[in-house]
Amino acid sequence: MSRKAETDATKGILTAPYVLEYSYTRSTGPVLGRFFSGLRDKKIEGIRVADGRVLVPPVETDPVTGDELDEFVQVGEIGTVTACSWLAEPRAEHPLDKPFAWALVQLDGADTGLLHAVDCGSAENLEVGSRVEVSWRDERHGFITDIECFRLLGD
Amino acid sequence: MAEDPITGIVCPIRLDYTITPGRAQTRFLRGLESGKLLGQRCPATGKVYMPPRGSSPTHGLPTTEEVEVADRGTVTTFCVVNLQFASTVREIPYVCAQILLDGADIPFFFVVQEVDVNEIRMGMRVEAVWKDPSEWGPTLENILFFKPTGEADASRESYKEHV
Repeated sequence: MSRKAETDATKGILTAPYVLEYSYTRSTGPVLGRFFSGLRDKKIEGIRVADGRVLVPPVETDPVTGDELDEFVQVGEIGTVTACSWLAEPRAEHPLDKPFAWALVQLDGADTGLLHAVDCGSAENLEVGSRVEVSWRDERHGFITDIECFRLLGD
Repeated sequence: MAEDPITGIVCPIRLDYTITPGRAQTRFLRGLESGKLLGQRCPATGKVYMPPRGSSPTHGLPTTEEVEVADRGTVTTFCVVNLQFASTVREIPYVCAQILLDGADIPFFFVVQEVDVNEIRMGMRVEAVWKDPSEWGPTLENILFFKPTGEADASRESYKEHV
């Protein structure tokens, strides 16, 4: 975090850190609950919709027909980048403490992209079509951060 | 043993700021370092604002004259808190009060302790209980709470403007 340098005009004026925080517990519902529970076991599950596509993360109702969904489909830990954006200066809240890419990763077996961080060193190393794989955390609690990040396949 | 299925997730929402109180309140906070409560006087009306904001709210003029006010005063109104909520650090019930410090022309919000909640009343005279001076910093946390002085109640006339 950058701080403005003290100048003659601001000399001697106090400053203090001030944190505004309201964490709240959100109910996941049965579908996302199963998705998060799966992450804890290194398992990524999507859900099949009426037209045959598999959505990851899963949703409770079919986005086209509105019907309730219940056909879970396990997808792979490897996928293809469908969109990406480089983050040169990560902040404290970001998932990695070094420059990384945000990317939509379409996991093998899925038809949609999962937004996550890709640790790939520099922006030039990643492009649409790059193949990436999940890097799991050792300690998993059933949250999206159980996936620490994605890495380039073979890295 | 299988772990329980996930039914809820904690969504963190957090904003980190660096705030500054500005010049006028910096002077007020510096005063607190040596146990002084420094108000500032409006040059037009003579009213003393505590804590000062650096300008008069009624005339928009800079309040450059500093006035030390007393660390005792009169309860103008109060609230007995009976509900525990997340950020509560005090045992309930406790009393929050607007206190018109002697020498100030605006009441100030503080916690009153060492008083039975049934005894707190408008006009009650109270005084600050300070931390040990070795722990003083540029903060109102130097004052732990206010407590009754035992003096006779102030007359309603003396604080009726502030109710």
